[in-house]
Amino acid sequence: MRSKDQGKSLQTQVRSAIKQQSPLTIEGGSSKGFYGYPPSHELVQLDVSAHRGVIDYEPAELVLRVRAGTPLSEISQLLRENNQLLPFEPPDFEAKATIGGETASGLSGPRRPYAGSARDFVLGVSLITGSGDILEFGGQVMKNVAGYDVSRLITGSLGTLGVILDVSLKVLPAPEVEITRAIAVSRQEFQALLQSMQREMPISAAAFENGYLNVRLSGSEAAVSAAEQKIDGDETDGSYWDKLNTLECFSGVRNLWRVSVAPASKLFLEDAAVIDWGGGLRWLADPAYDPRQALAGNDGHATLVKYDEKSLLSGIEIFEPLTEPLLSIHQKLKQQFDPVGIFNPGRMYRNI
Amino acid sequence: MDTQNFDKKDFIDRLSRICGEHIITDKPRLAVYEADGLTAKKQLPWVVVLPSSISQVQEIACLCNHFEVPVVARGAGTGLSGGATPHAEGVLLSLARFNRILSVDTENLLARVEPGVTNLAISEKVKDLGLYYAPDPSSQVACSIGGNVAENSGGVHCLKYGLTVHNVRKLKVISPLGELYELGSEAFDSAGYDLLALMHGSEGMLGIVVEVTVKLLPVPEAVCVVMAGFDSVKKAAIAVGDIIAAGILPAGLEMMDKPAIRAAEAFVHAGYPTDAEALLLCELDGIDAELETQLGALKQVLENNGAMTVSTAHDSENRARLWMGRKAAFPAVGRLAPDYYCMDGTIPRRRLAFVLDGISRLSEQYSLAVANVFHAGDGNLHPLILYDANHPGELHKAEQFGARILELCIEVGGTITGEHGVGIEKIDQMCVQFSTAELSIFHGIKSAFDENGILNPGKAVPTLHRCAEFGAMHVRRGEEKFPELERF
Repeated sequence: MRSKDQGKSLQTQVRSAIKQQSPLTIEGGSSKGFYGYPPSHELVQLDVSAHRGVIDYEPAELVLRVRAGTPLSEISQLLRENNQLLPFEPPDFEAKATIGGETASGLSGPRRPYAGSARDFVLGVSLITGSGDILEFGGQVMKNVAGYDVSRLITGSLGTLGVILDVSLKVLPAPEVEITRAIAVSRQEFQALLQSMQREMPISAAAFENGYLNVRLSGSEAAVSAAEQKIDGDETDGSYWDKLNTLECFSGVRNLWRVSVAPASKLFLEDAAVIDWGGGLRWLADPAYDPRQALAGNDGHATLVKYDEKSLLSGIEIFEPLTEPLLSIHQKLKQQFDPVGIFNPGRMYRNI
Repeated sequence: MDTQNFDKKDFIDRLSRICGEHIITDKPRLAVYEADGLTAKKQLPWVVVLPSSISQVQEIACLCNHFEVPVVARGAGTGLSGGATPHAEGVLLSLARFNRILSVDTENLLARVEPGVTNLAISEKVKDLGLYYAPDPSSQVACSIGGNVAENSGGVHCLKYGLTVHNVRKLKVISPLGELYELGSEAFDSAGYDLLALMHGSEGMLGIVVEVTVKLLPVPEAVCVVMAGFDSVKKAAIAVGDIIAAGILPAGLEMMDKPAIRAAEAFVHAGYPTDAEALLLCELDGIDAELETQLGALKQVLENNGAMTVSTAHDSENRARLWMGRKAAFPAVGRLAPDYYCMDGTIPRRRLAFVLDGISRLSEQYSLAVANVFHAGDGNLHPLILYDANHPGELHKAEQFGARILELCIEVGGTITGEHGVGIEKIDQMCVQFSTAELSIFHGIKSAFDENGILNPGKAVPTLHRCAEFGAMHVRRGEEKFPELERF
């Protein structure tokens, strides 16, 4: 694995951008260019991909500290060699995602309902903020309540609060065995079926698609085979989860909506192309209506994950619009971290 | 607002109109609130209010913000860092009357509760449904869920089940302007910045939490507790690393040193080996079939590491007996001396033996005994410093000893507080752990939520001025002062 500390050089570039008030678009593996608003042409690219390598990893500590430009694929490989994994199953788009980009987007894969989300496993970050300083928050320990939890605030902020230099993550032992079964069940009944299984089975992913509940079981050999005895369905290829996680299964879709709701919700049950996260994530492919209107008044939010030119021109909001007082808190936080407004302006919300 | 012409009587009258009879201004009753679990710091509040509705809290926040009167929110007051220590000129806002469990959703496995509900009451409420709430701080009988959010409380099951932040899905919060807003949702994520995470561990400085939606888990099919005694702390520490390296993820993994073992055994007769230098308690849980495999592997690791004694408790009575010693460790140690001071540093696990050596050297230096209990699985150390407050200067000595332990934790790449919070207790050590620029970001976050700084002022984040006066050098994490000393 190549390793290089480019922290100082990135800091110099950021400082000069601050001085010239010249906004930046932060790039890692450039695998998530489709996500969020497209950067305007005036933005100068800040390439973090050369800032890479593992800073610290001792498997028995269950902690990995790694530079932001390190490819996810290299991290997964290293963890695999030590029978460990990133439990939140980050999506590796085009096999070129970096851990910095992953942390900035805060995306979690099919394991999320059962293992936790990206932010759940972030223990610490160091980042360059809008003052041009390199700051460290959190650390390499599992429990830490000294100061506000800035590392989790940074996770999922889409690079709008600073340039992530390195990330410390909690890792976990990988399951001995993993199998996927496809169980035939109707749209109306899959939630009840899943609930009946949840208590006594080592489920690590569950998604409904086309009349089948795809269930992944993970754990010790004994636990998985005991569970297998109790359920129907045929064993299928585990690559299903990767294709879902990297949106490969939606390759022909022009406008792809990701709607996050309570898992037992009845919303979009009929229309969703795929229902992942044990019911909590409803993927809508080219819906003929605005999902936000259907969602109104319910807990949850909708994101336009993939869009065509026409949708963008229509002025549609990509991320669920924020209401007061949350919008004002967001703007004030942005102002504190990035007073000059140079980090990924307009990527997440037009005015942040 | 011109605070010079602030009419205190009028302010109290307005508060009374909001809270009715649930306002306290007389000294004897104010004294009930003079301290939280950090009893060494006492301060009478100016006034205590006990609202019971969200609209009352909104009105109180508005009023206090208008007159720039400090507001200290308080749950059960069991916190150990002085996070709920009152402000002499401030309103102490007790959320004790917010004590209802509002709903239990068995389909989405969520419970919506008011902040004054105790941690244990949630698990008790859903027990018959085969569910429970995972985080279990030792004070769970008494501590409130609102306080758990404020401190991001842990407990003995964090390694596998996480802290409060991992187990709360949604909060209802009142801003200093009296606005009610929601963070998080019943869904697995939310749009925008993760303010839900930010609110956890913020020690009542960013908003007043008035409702908490927690995640419930199915009670595991099978549970067992393994107890192992070792003739050295170092062996036990290596065993902890080996357990994790073997791919075992225990629900709880606790260590106690000899003084703690002896004190606990004398107190509750849990059956601990009193000749052992270190004791490990390891809880495994999960599906029946899984547990057997893990138990076999665990016993193998303990044997390989030279455990003197290994015993396993399967039934709930024996499990409870083994845990009782650990959960009663603080009061048990408390019997050894008139007073004890509980620390809360977290360290990378591999530095345990080094840090314990350092603590015992400091113990000699300060001539104060210390007992150690340790959430070994997640590196969270609770040294209990024994002292006698009636001996002049001994409290001060204990505090200095404690401060040195925290600095040692920072040096090995750890943190000054794992789960008890900074409060007022560790505020000076914040100057050691964080740089000026980092502290400035904290102040920036505070101002984004609370422009006038009325929420719990003077806690958790030191002013830059205070750090300058304290005069401590900021220590870069992981840069040790004694690099020549032996490590493992």
